[in-house]
Amino acid sequence: MDKVKVLEIKQSVFASNDREADAMRHALKEKGVFLLNLMSSPGSGKTTTLRRTIEALKDELRIGVMEADIDSDVDAKAIAETGAKAIQLHTGGMCHLDAGMTRQGLEGLGLEDVDLAILENVGNLVCPAEFDTGAVKNAMILSVPEGHDKPLKYPLMFTVCDVVLVNKIDVMPYFDFDMEKCREYVLMRNPNAKIIPICARTGEGIDQWADWLRAEVAAWKNKDTM
Amino acid sequence: MHELGIVFHIIRSVEEVGRQNGVSQVNAVTLELGEVSGVLEDYLQDCWNWAASKSDMLRGAKLQVVVIPAKTLCENCGCVYPTVAHGRTCPACGSGKTHLIQGNETMIRDITVPEEEEPEPPEPPAGTAL
Repeated sequence: MDKVKVLEIKQSVFASNDREADAMRHALKEKGVFLLNLMSSPGSGKTTTLRRTIEALKDELRIGVMEADIDSDVDAKAIAETGAKAIQLHTGGMCHLDAGMTRQGLEGLGLEDVDLAILENVGNLVCPAEFDTGAVKNAMILSVPEGHDKPLKYPLMFTVCDVVLVNKIDVMPYFDFDMEKCREYVLMRNPNAKIIPICARTGEGIDQWADWLRAEVAAWKNKDTM
Repeated sequence: MHELGIVFHIIRSVEEVGRQNGVSQVNAVTLELGEVSGVLEDYLQDCWNWAASKSDMLRGAKLQVVVIPAKTLCENCGCVYPTVAHGRTCPACGSGKTHLIQGNETMIRDITVPEEEEPEPPEPPAGTAL
């Protein structure tokens, strides 16, 4: 048998992605671009929430959106109708985006005339949470029909998110959704999470969400250090 | 759930280390996988066989998985218990204030490569100033 030798590596599988994500945050900082990574289950209302968000902020911020899906361009078309810059990313079957794919997306979007770039990640509560995309902040949408127990079932997603938008609050009377329990479970996983109840269909709560986003973008542009 | 993405990252990292070390062929990669890392070994092996065959350096390389058992520490009574059997609630005192201390790893431990055929470069002669 041929002689072999063993090279020790001792490196997390995610280490190379984490390095690339950090490098991207530095590059975004230099350019003054804020990148938001928006995650959720399929059907939670990401695209509708984005349309409302763009309406609320389009007079103050130049917004660019990357819509990531396994296939189709229906979401990018819906966003383009708002007048915001939008591109569709196809993950080719992959269940999440990593820093490398996000960088390619940002290159495709073009950052010269963008203050706020939003990545609409693949609809999935598991895999996107594992991979740092290089975003400045992570947000996720939990919709009322999904149930208030999701933070218990998908702990990592709620641990990595800075903001949890609880969407579709207009249908609360028809579901056994307990907002107080939901808050308790989210804060159990992430004591620093901000929880904002919204209804993307009617626009309720969007002001509070837009205020948060506006303040974060301003802080990122003004902050000297990361 | 996202085994293919994990496999791509392993291959990228191993190729990088391989290039730094002048390695052209890798025989095996050892991965430490936590019991509750959410990565399933069967799926991982399937993805590995497919993706490794597309890499010049890793074609035919084996993926050896070492499972790290999951253990949780109870912050209330200090007991350490097996996570898979008891979840987040301490079996000794019933407290929910617990945290995982190991078992979430996805760590590339080492790679096995063929020993070079040619002899090591000779030692510089004794007394040579550097």
